Amino acid sequence: MSFLALESLTKRFGSHPAVDGLSLAVEQGEFVSLLGPSGCGKTTTLQMIAGFVEPTSGAIRLAGRDLLAVKPARRGLGIVFQSYALFPHMTVGENVSFGLEMQGVASGERARRVAETLELVGLRALAGRFPRQLSGGQQQRVALARALVIQPQILLLDEPLSNLDAKLREEMQIELRQIQRRVGTTTILVTHDQAEAMALSDRLVVMNHGRVEQIAPPHEAYERPATAFVASFLGKTNLLDGASVRPEKIQFAGRGLAGRVRARVFQGNHWLYQVETGSGLVTVIRQNTGEPMPAEGEAVCLAWNSSPPQAKLGEVSAQQTEGS
Amino acid sequence: MTHDPSVGVRRRHLPTSWGGAPYLLGLPALLLFAVVVIVPLAMTVLLSFHDWGQYKGIEPVFILKNWREVLSDPYYGEMFWRTFRIALAVTVLGAVFGAPEAYILNRMKSPWRGLFLLVILGPLLISVVARTLGWALLFGGNSGLVNKALVSLGLISAPLPFMFTETGVVVALTHVLMPYMVLAVWAALQRLDPQVENAAVALGAGPFTVLRRIVLPQVMPGILSGAIIVFALAASAFATPAIIGGRRLKVASTLAYDEFLNTLNWPLGATVAVLLLVALVLIVAGASRLVERRYAQVFG
Repeated sequence: MSFLALESLTKRFGSHPAVDGLSLAVEQGEFVSLLGPSGCGKTTTLQMIAGFVEPTSGAIRLAGRDLLAVKPARRGLGIVFQSYALFPHMTVGENVSFGLEMQGVASGERARRVAETLELVGLRALAGRFPRQLSGGQQQRVALARALVIQPQILLLDEPLSNLDAKLREEMQIELRQIQRRVGTTTILVTHDQAEAMALSDRLVVMNHGRVEQIAPPHEAYERPATAFVASFLGKTNLLDGASVRPEKIQFAGRGLAGRVRARVFQGNHWLYQVETGSGLVTVIRQNTGEPMPAEGEAVCLAWNSSPPQAKLGEVSAQQTEGS
Repeated sequence: MTHDPSVGVRRRHLPTSWGGAPYLLGLPALLLFAVVVIVPLAMTVLLSFHDWGQYKGIEPVFILKNWREVLSDPYYGEMFWRTFRIALAVTVLGAVFGAPEAYILNRMKSPWRGLFLLVILGPLLISVVARTLGWALLFGGNSGLVNKALVSLGLISAPLPFMFTETGVVVALTHVLMPYMVLAVWAALQRLDPQVENAAVALGAGPFTVLRRIVLPQVMPGILSGAIIVFALAASAFATPAIIGGRRLKVASTLAYDEFLNTLNWPLGATVAVLLLVALVLIVAGASRLVERRYAQVFG
């Protein structure tokens, strides 16, 4: 049996379904991301697990027991909020210690675990600082430490990296993944950033309009998107002969789909092309190998390998998408 | 950034060598301030050193008689002590009732919040005199509405004296000054990240713990700044102590008023007024220094 099970979870605000019959099974130690545009119901799902929003119908089971019967304060989940929601009037150490105090952990044990967890996120030296004296990235780590110190059964991350700048976000992605691997806590991440979700997760749950579009490991979802929505949401895509073909899978060849380069953009490690063809505008991404590339206005032929089979979108979207 | 050429052109005509333009522009306001505040204040201070006699009137000399009298006579000591005791009681009551009121107000949903904010702030739209006279009607004698209600609720066995007592003044002043406390706390509550309460709940805190450990410390600066406002206004209040306290229960401001308008001993009245001002400035400045130092690190 799965560790965390969401069973046809539904939440309606008025007549509008924010989450519509979501079913998901998460294994212990797994890192699962709820991914989708804003308003797709991912945050509502997280808040139902946390207990801040009550589902209209459906069930949530954690290790076999009914989680909905447990008060939010007793669920013992670690949550990292988008705004970090640190206690501004407490020092870093007091912030991290708060959850242990609530559990009635003795002060000696508490100090040891706080120090240990701050060590884990690399903030041992800053235990005496107040949150506003820290940078965004450091505040993020405090929030993570505060959630992890209570050794939660599940770690819930609500857009935890969206307030960081791009470079810091990448560093934190790697670090977050390392910490999660080391601690082994089952983790659910809510994000609208597909790169972040793919970088971190074992499995993606792609959502749209309150419904699940696809549940699959990142690589599978990217290579074999179940629906047109998944294909377009997980990066750039071209629709050729009713199939989704990723821009980086298309090559310039001696023969194939004829077209003319309409525009090209240099992006450092790769070139981004827009090619006018008989099947419409095609986006092509080519690695920058240092070799000369077709210029704007040049006539080219496009070729791509259609095996492994690209998903035929018409067929798959009719199928019911289930978790792997 | 784009450069607006007109700015450069205009700047060339300004007397850049002389930096006095801001002072020149501030002069009218400074003059007005000096005429309506500084000069009368200085004259009042000066007045407190003048002599006064029943028949000779005010003599423009420099003596310390009034100050010696006010500082040595226990009558004045008691009166000042009463003034600040009332102000302190009003401040504490205002915080005890005003802070929860602001918290509840902040949690209300859209139409109700606006309505109740109006109910709380409404009294500010009515003159203090009218509101205090309302309280006088409610208190009035043994058959006053408040006493009748308290007796019939079984809370007290015999009617309490409200008129001409400190209790009455404190109750009426608390009502009059409550909006300031509610506004100050409400402003602090609005700066609160609502997720912070959820974060505490998720860590296992019950509702009472969340209030005591998370919400209260964060709105404490708001409560303290509200307290400073309420304390200053209560200590210098005139209309309410004059109507509810009457001649029998004097506070600093009503005493100064009486010295000016009834005894006509202006110098003594000025001394009382200046002493009240100095004491208030010291207390308020000291309190806000303390608050700032305590919270600078945390909230900035």
